[in-house]
Amino acid sequence: MSNHLTNLTLRVWRQKGPNDAGHFEDHAIEQISDEASFLEMLDILNERLINDGKEAVVFDHDCREGICGTCSLMINGQAHGNQRGTATCQLHMRKFKSGDTIVIEPWRASAFPIIKDLMVDRSAFDRIIESGGFITAPTGGAPDANLIPIPKPVADSAMDSAECIGCGACVAACPNGAANLFTAAKVSHLNRLPQGQAERYKRVEAMVETMDEYFGSCTNHGECEAACPKEISIDVIALMNKDYRKAKLKNRKDLSRT
Amino acid sequence: MSLTQQLLAQNTVRLDSKIPDAPVPDMWDTYKSDMKLVNPNNKRKFKVIVVGTGLAGASAAATLAELGYQVDAFTFHDSPRRAHSIAAQGGINAAKNYQGDGDSVHRLFYDTVKGGDFRAREANVHRLAQVSVNIIDQMVAQGVPFAREYGGLLDNRSFGGAQVSRTFYARGQTGQQLLLGAYQQFSRQVGLGGIRLFNRCELVDVVVVDGRAAGIVVRDLMTGEIQSHAAHAVVLATGGYGNVFFLSTNAMACNVTAAWRAHRRGALFANPCYTQIHPTCIPQSDEFQSKLTLMSESLRNDGRVWVPKNADENRAAHEIPESERDYYLERLYPSFGNLAPRDISSRAAKRAVDKGLGVGPLKNGVYLDFSDAINRLGRDVVEERYGNLFEMYERIAGENPYDVPMRIYPATHYTMGGLWVDYELQTNIPGLYAAGEANFSDHGANRLGASALMQGLADGYFVLPYTIGNQLAPMLNKPIPGTDHPEFKRVEQEARERYNGYLNVNGTRSPDWFHRELGKIIWDYCGMERTEQGLEKALSELPALYEEFKKDLRVTGDGNSLNQTLEKAGRVDDFFQLGMLMCRDALDRKESCGGHFRAEYQTDDGEAQRDDDNYCHVSAWQWGGDAMSPNLNVEPLEFKEVHLATRSYK
Repeated sequence: MSNHLTNLTLRVWRQKGPNDAGHFEDHAIEQISDEASFLEMLDILNERLINDGKEAVVFDHDCREGICGTCSLMINGQAHGNQRGTATCQLHMRKFKSGDTIVIEPWRASAFPIIKDLMVDRSAFDRIIESGGFITAPTGGAPDANLIPIPKPVADSAMDSAECIGCGACVAACPNGAANLFTAAKVSHLNRLPQGQAERYKRVEAMVETMDEYFGSCTNHGECEAACPKEISIDVIALMNKDYRKAKLKNRKDLSRT
Repeated sequence: MSLTQQLLAQNTVRLDSKIPDAPVPDMWDTYKSDMKLVNPNNKRKFKVIVVGTGLAGASAAATLAELGYQVDAFTFHDSPRRAHSIAAQGGINAAKNYQGDGDSVHRLFYDTVKGGDFRAREANVHRLAQVSVNIIDQMVAQGVPFAREYGGLLDNRSFGGAQVSRTFYARGQTGQQLLLGAYQQFSRQVGLGGIRLFNRCELVDVVVVDGRAAGIVVRDLMTGEIQSHAAHAVVLATGGYGNVFFLSTNAMACNVTAAWRAHRRGALFANPCYTQIHPTCIPQSDEFQSKLTLMSESLRNDGRVWVPKNADENRAAHEIPESERDYYLERLYPSFGNLAPRDISSRAAKRAVDKGLGVGPLKNGVYLDFSDAINRLGRDVVEERYGNLFEMYERIAGENPYDVPMRIYPATHYTMGGLWVDYELQTNIPGLYAAGEANFSDHGANRLGASALMQGLADGYFVLPYTIGNQLAPMLNKPIPGTDHPEFKRVEQEARERYNGYLNVNGTRSPDWFHRELGKIIWDYCGMERTEQGLEKALSELPALYEEFKKDLRVTGDGNSLNQTLEKAGRVDDFFQLGMLMCRDALDRKESCGGHFRAEYQTDDGEAQRDDDNYCHVSAWQWGGDAMSPNLNVEPLEFKEVHLATRSYK
């Protein structure tokens, strides 16, 4: 049966718009069931704010099953809170205790400008994918799916990195605001597969260079892996760096241009 | 004269389903050989709007752009990758027969028609089964990491309502991997300039000029600005309306607005009462719960469903001896067992819980037990198959399913009803198309597991790119109305007034409060089991609550910046109107079929009883000026290839 937490304080970041100064706002939650999810607690807060005639706290969320990657939030300074391998929407109040003060902030990274309150703009991720995070295979021309056998370990490791949900926790957790884990997860997914070989080096080059336009540099802190709700390993960054280096050596013409 | 024939004579709209004149298996080939083409150099002269970027929308937009059309794509999410297709877990069906177990296009077609309780259009379903094989080829080419055998070939599993293994999967995240495949193909076109992407933009109305779809009006969610977009064709790939129940497995933002606004502009809404209640969701734990979480149906491959035989049982699951357990699906449906179709499994769970046999603290669930599978296969194999689902269950329910059986209960999951479309997926408004869950065409009264992903991708990749061309070809070099046309201006003004209206009610209740109350009425009277009395009660309570919504709504904040409360108000408004139509449709259909179960029409052993003499038709409703006075139109269903029969899974 559910138990109740009492006497919680939520210290929530409020910011009117991208160009306004933000501030923390405290809200008391007298009682909440430990069966509630973290976002359900914010729903309850918002319902109360509306009843009081105040504007609800804006936050991104959608599937609430930990798969769409829409939810975010720095909770007590940790991306998606302190439960390992868990997105904010899957975090439940049973992980907190009565009397806690919970600090809730948006992702903090210069590539993710704040839109309002706890919501940020992550479209820089889409720009990385648009530049090369795909296999060129227009509809209609595909050969039979069983034509190219893919060894199970290869399919499995491609799947391990393909699990990325694009939430941006890696960027938010990184002291440099780097997107290497996100980018490398996609590079690793596609570059490991036989279907991805034709564009392997072009892909990594385009994606890394787009990433560098928006995000900071990786200095191997490893915070990204710790924050990742899908627990994607930083090994993928090594693969990306290796392929990027190879790409640059393979194509000297490109190298001389940059 | 049957009721269908009488109703047909009273149709207010001419419904031409454009089914090709050929034997069912040859229809799609016949269509393709007869269709008109647009020359590759002329395709760029046409603009197509695609609303929604889930499987159907992303695949349609990407393919149309590859062909050379100018595509404008709209999503209310921050990124196209967020669409709710991403949450599908179990898999995607295709008639590949890679397992050599007797599968074929005909068998997938037959299973889908039968699974839908003979309320789908044969022509569309056959095409779906035909192109299913191309989908798997296409997605593998995109790099979707489907599960593999050790030899490197694709692995399959079986799913409810089928006796072959035809389901392809990527762990428990098949929807995610397919959507990312389609999203990547879509993103390539954004990068190349073939698609213009409008994110955080919500459709608020459809513009029809001289009987033809001329474009859409959207609201920029960041600024509140109302804008118009004109095109030669508009595709709505905007998903289903399961959130009318408030509690469902749909994502929080899923809504019916796009389809509903099209309906109000003249598009017929078909079979709204066909809603699917998925048998395996985590039971509700408390009053404040905002959504329910699905546990993939694939779990029923290895999990055994049971309840205690004794209603007073209060021992822990493992203490209850075998002799005091009722594995009711295996008992009632021996040939399909735990893999009986969704509607049948859901009702069986409801009957058990209604008899007081439910388990868990609130006695609102049934067990899904893996101990036999763990003993037979070993924990490692079970973990390999379902590891991420078990983890997800543990995070939410706080119990470890390796040690304690899962508790599950049915929840609203999918809606088979949707905008009426013809064989070309075009609504009765020329130029307006509906794809994926937003249309009604393929699943009849009940969808089989792993068929939603198949249908979304079939529509987007392999149907619309052909059928849209057929309709656009004659429009070459003819002018279309621009956004300066007075009708665009008028619709924009209406949208502005509508959203300002929500802000100006200044009542006392939030949109969520109304949504929750609406959901309770729909769940109680138009959920898993419906009665004439209950539906009439709903139809008297809903208009009263809707009036209260209009008078007592409170939306804080303003209309000129991001305002999620205001977005929600618009969506709840449309859910109210749809809810009334759903109940009306359910009341009107005096038979039980698939997900529509009317308690008055059941066999002696509690199974759905169809009335093929009077209800073998699609009910397509026309907006009649307000939510309570729709006009019924029917499309009779003819079965040439599959013979009408009582569904049996015994």
